[in-house]
Amino acid sequence: MAAVAGSARRGEIRQFWRTFSRNQLAMCGGAVVAVLVFLAVTAPLLAPWDPNRPDTKKILTPPSSSHWFGTDPLGRDVLSRVLYGSRISLSVGFVSVGIAAAIGMLMGAAAGYYGGMVDNVVMRMVDLMLVFPRFFLLLAVLAFLKPSIWTIMTVIGLTGWMGVARLVRAEFLTLREREFVIWSESVGAGAPRIIFRHILPNAIAPILVAMTLGIPAAILTEAGLSFLGLGVQPPYATWGNILNDGRDYIEIAWWLTLYPGLAILITVLSYNLMGEGIRDALDPRLRQSRLGRIVRLGR
Amino acid sequence: MPGRRVRARAVLTWIAGLGLLAAACNGQIESGADEASAGPPAYGDTFIQASIGDIGGLIPSLTSDQSSHEVGGMIYDGLVKLDKDLNMVPAMAESWTYSTDCLDLTFRLRRDIKWHDGYPFNADDVVFTYQAMVNPKTPAPFKEGFLLVKSVDAPDPYTVHVHYDKPYARAVETWGTYILPKHLLQSFVDAGTMRESPQNSQPVGTGPYRFQEWKPGEKVVLVANPDYYEGRPYLSRVVYRVIPSQATIFLELKAKGVDYVSTLTGIQYARQTEYPAFRKAYHKFRYPASDYTFIGFNLKDPRFADRRVRQAFAYAINKQELIDGVRLGLAREATGPIRPGTWAYTDKVARFDFDPTKARELLAEAGWKDRDGDGVLEDKDGKPFTVTIRTNQGNDERKKIAEIVQQRLKEIGIKVDIQLIEWAAFIKEFVKPRRFELVVLGLGTGTDPDQFVVWHSSQRGPDQMNRTGYANPEVDALLEAGRSSCVQSERVRYYHRIQEILAEDLPMIFLYNRDALPVVAARIHGVSPSPSGILYNFNEWYVPKAQQRYTSG
Amino acid sequence: MALFALRRLLLSIPLLIGITFVSYVVIGLAPGGPLDFLTPEDPNASPEVKERLIKEFGLDKPIHVQYWQWLKRAVRLDFGRSFLPDGRPVSAKIAERLPVTLFLNLIELAIIVGLAVPIGVLSATRQYSLYDKITTIFVFVGFATPDFWLALLLMILFGVQLGWLPISGLRSLNWEYLSFWRQQWDFFAHLVLPIVVATFGGLAGFSRYMRQSMLEVVRQDYVQTARAKGLSERAVISKHALRNALLPVVTILALALPGLIGGSVIIESIFAIPGMGQLMVQSVFSRDYPVVMGNLVIVASLTLVANLVADITYALVDPRIRFGGRRGRA
Repeated sequence: MAAVAGSARRGEIRQFWRTFSRNQLAMCGGAVVAVLVFLAVTAPLLAPWDPNRPDTKKILTPPSSSHWFGTDPLGRDVLSRVLYGSRISLSVGFVSVGIAAAIGMLMGAAAGYYGGMVDNVVMRMVDLMLVFPRFFLLLAVLAFLKPSIWTIMTVIGLTGWMGVARLVRAEFLTLREREFVIWSESVGAGAPRIIFRHILPNAIAPILVAMTLGIPAAILTEAGLSFLGLGVQPPYATWGNILNDGRDYIEIAWWLTLYPGLAILITVLSYNLMGEGIRDALDPRLRQSRLGRIVRLGR
Repeated sequence: MPGRRVRARAVLTWIAGLGLLAAACNGQIESGADEASAGPPAYGDTFIQASIGDIGGLIPSLTSDQSSHEVGGMIYDGLVKLDKDLNMVPAMAESWTYSTDCLDLTFRLRRDIKWHDGYPFNADDVVFTYQAMVNPKTPAPFKEGFLLVKSVDAPDPYTVHVHYDKPYARAVETWGTYILPKHLLQSFVDAGTMRESPQNSQPVGTGPYRFQEWKPGEKVVLVANPDYYEGRPYLSRVVYRVIPSQATIFLELKAKGVDYVSTLTGIQYARQTEYPAFRKAYHKFRYPASDYTFIGFNLKDPRFADRRVRQAFAYAINKQELIDGVRLGLAREATGPIRPGTWAYTDKVARFDFDPTKARELLAEAGWKDRDGDGVLEDKDGKPFTVTIRTNQGNDERKKIAEIVQQRLKEIGIKVDIQLIEWAAFIKEFVKPRRFELVVLGLGTGTDPDQFVVWHSSQRGPDQMNRTGYANPEVDALLEAGRSSCVQSERVRYYHRIQEILAEDLPMIFLYNRDALPVVAARIHGVSPSPSGILYNFNEWYVPKAQQRYTSG
Repeated sequence: MALFALRRLLLSIPLLIGITFVSYVVIGLAPGGPLDFLTPEDPNASPEVKERLIKEFGLDKPIHVQYWQWLKRAVRLDFGRSFLPDGRPVSAKIAERLPVTLFLNLIELAIIVGLAVPIGVLSATRQYSLYDKITTIFVFVGFATPDFWLALLLMILFGVQLGWLPISGLRSLNWEYLSFWRQQWDFFAHLVLPIVVATFGGLAGFSRYMRQSMLEVVRQDYVQTARAKGLSERAVISKHALRNALLPVVTILALALPGLIGGSVIIESIFAIPGMGQLMVQSVFSRDYPVVMGNLVIVASLTLVANLVADITYALVDPRIRFGGRRGRA
């Protein structure tokens, strides 16, 4: 049984790769994402200056050979800050989406597997959460909590699990009636085992798409929050707060706006292209269920 | 002589209304538009001002936000005001006398004043204002001055007699506040429903401008009061546009959508307003503002109870670097809480100029050494010296100060975290319950040097202003003496001594007094900088007929 | 069908109550109370004023008591008065901002849908063509661009450098003195930048969604059948495929409805537009409880209504649901 399942999976993966690699845009996106992750990880080695050290003699100097991206209002090197900022932006993206997915999977699994009352409660909670405009909810919560990177990650995660929950629930509803589940139940396998070993792996594909597309949304949200001043505390750089720092000097210090904005743009764009490519490559699977419709596109 | 009465107690630190200059230095006009081609004073035109927050209401006695006080200052008037040299001069009162024991104050009121609805103004309104302010049902934030009054009465319709229990140095100043109309507000004050009265949406005052309209969130429009007792102001309309973002206000300025900004930031002044088109369209001014920025210690924290630690921090900080980095040089180092150039000021006090070596020495004396070579100082139990600097969100200057100071303290071995907290939460969660270590804040210097509420040991409660928790019996005695005397030569001695002690004790590190950097549209003539700023003669500003931009009449 | 609608309606009510209660509790737990805004850092602010304000607004009673009192009045659309010193009724504050946000967002939505449908359809019918690739990139760039960044760039370019367009508010200061036609032009000019910024990003999402939907439909059997029957490609697309592909668009439109109310916070702040988004931010930052609660209730109600409308429309249009089966929406 397991062996058959294993080789079927391998075949799927090969099929997936074949479709995905034909999509040039998605491949580009994926390559850029890889580069970005690399840059983020090696930032401490690559950054030419201490990103947090002010130098009041170099306030707002334009790009030059010693400061490729210029300096900020406190004289700090923008290139170094953008590099370090990528670490925060990317980790916020990954972690918050991870949290959202974890919560979503649990909720969706519970709803889909147990059905009945549990399903009702979970779906009401989904509806409840969906009714709040996301940004407003974030503002409200963040204004009350101590601002830190963990708060932001958690809060973005806590407000973004609904899509995954629905996906997982839908998958459960479809798969629950399948033979191997009935077989497992009759053999006496417990609920968690069934959920984790049989059903979830089948749901992975659309969840992955949702996660990949959720990362750029999370990055944009973090940038927006930092821009409003609700992000990580100074002096730590994130792309959003470099933009915020430069917001008042935009016409004399274009470099403060251009580079972090471009960084956000390129990152989000690449993730989106890659995510779309993944989704298109999974298309044959999606055709069978209506999961495609449920994958959230929201900001 | 004619001028605009300013309310001297607003303490929000970006007020730039008053400043006093040392004899040598007057305000400078920074651009070269042509004053000669002016044209005679003419009535007309509209003056557009940006306001970052919407007004909280139209009875400024009940509000504490700056916008409503600016607007209120135009609509209402007080018995006295400040002239360009920061002297107290008559406004609605023609004259006043102070008894020699400083307990009785008598005002003689002008007889030619009318409320905007035509009703005559007299002493009853003044008595009523006092009663309204001290009424417990009135939610007014600034009652203090009135609570010290023993009694007020009006022996005749144009005389007001105020009696104090104890001499109160700021007595006359108190009566510069907004006088409220008895005939319109009496019943509301009695019921405690002032906020819901029509006065709060259609105010009637005695000031140089009358209320015309308020579109909440958008604008407030005032029109000149033709019956103003000092003569109708030249500018026919004043409009406050609500623009909630500093960036947008500045952009609007550049796009010529506003005529006045009360202060630019250092970078805006020095780097962003130097191009020819701007200099042709606007005049920039510069004069010392009336506040100081400081880093406050929480004296309850045992580490800061040791004076050497505080002084070490002062040595570690380079004030000039802060001025250069944060204000681009447009500020002066501060040595104490009293406004430079005023009669009570002295700079002959202890100084702690930038010297990291001395800082380390002092800290070592106090028991802080780097015992494990990790670059951070520890005490004898090995606990590292880490502090958190807190300040409020939305204030770019304070944020930069925190970042620069963080770096400097790092160099002497102190690990610093920064927290920027939204204002309301900051005050409630950290400042009031004294749950902070270091804060970056500002305070106004006001016109009277009385510092009682900030430094007296009785003012350390959660809702009071002695935030550092400073308690020094000698200073207490001096504060009390200074407050209850009305003889300037006596008070000078007290305040000099207070400044000496504070500079030595350092409950806070006084960083700098910044310069106000206002900008006024070039077509507006009559602007003339003085020790009190530029707004003192607002009623005399005019736009020559040929240059009027918004014709309204 | 009617039963379906009724059931959904009934389910909405407890949801609404749940929303308001949860929000009330969350806000009440906030560290900074509204009083601190009223009596800030000032050497002369009087302490006993705080006591008075606590009594006045009932902030010393336990939270469920406060909530119950509030709820009784909210049902009558009386949300009390703002905690800010202007003391105006909450419903008044919301009422004057709601139309602004609604108007702006309706225009934005109309433009987005108007552009997204053709872009998406064309993309789907010409999948992987050059057109598809270019539009994909363009649309993705729009989606990836932070709206505040774009806003600032456009403001500098069109507002300051070129001076063509105004950059804040909805009208010029001298609006009352302009002729009728100039007034219309002025209003229009003020709308250009905010709407451009707002639609730029939204366009991406919708056109992708449209494309996706179209793609799925085009592969369905009934489309193949229509082709086999010999219908022209155009007829196939517009008569059969499009109608069905539009179904999810309807859903999306309905879900976008609450966005109309909430307003775009960042855009409203940058362009100083007096709408709901700006009100939301201001009242959250100043802990103006009544206004926050009022806002929330309006948004929540409208979202629920929107959901209901969407469900019913979907049910009407998709025969699979109408005629039974609990499949409904997954």
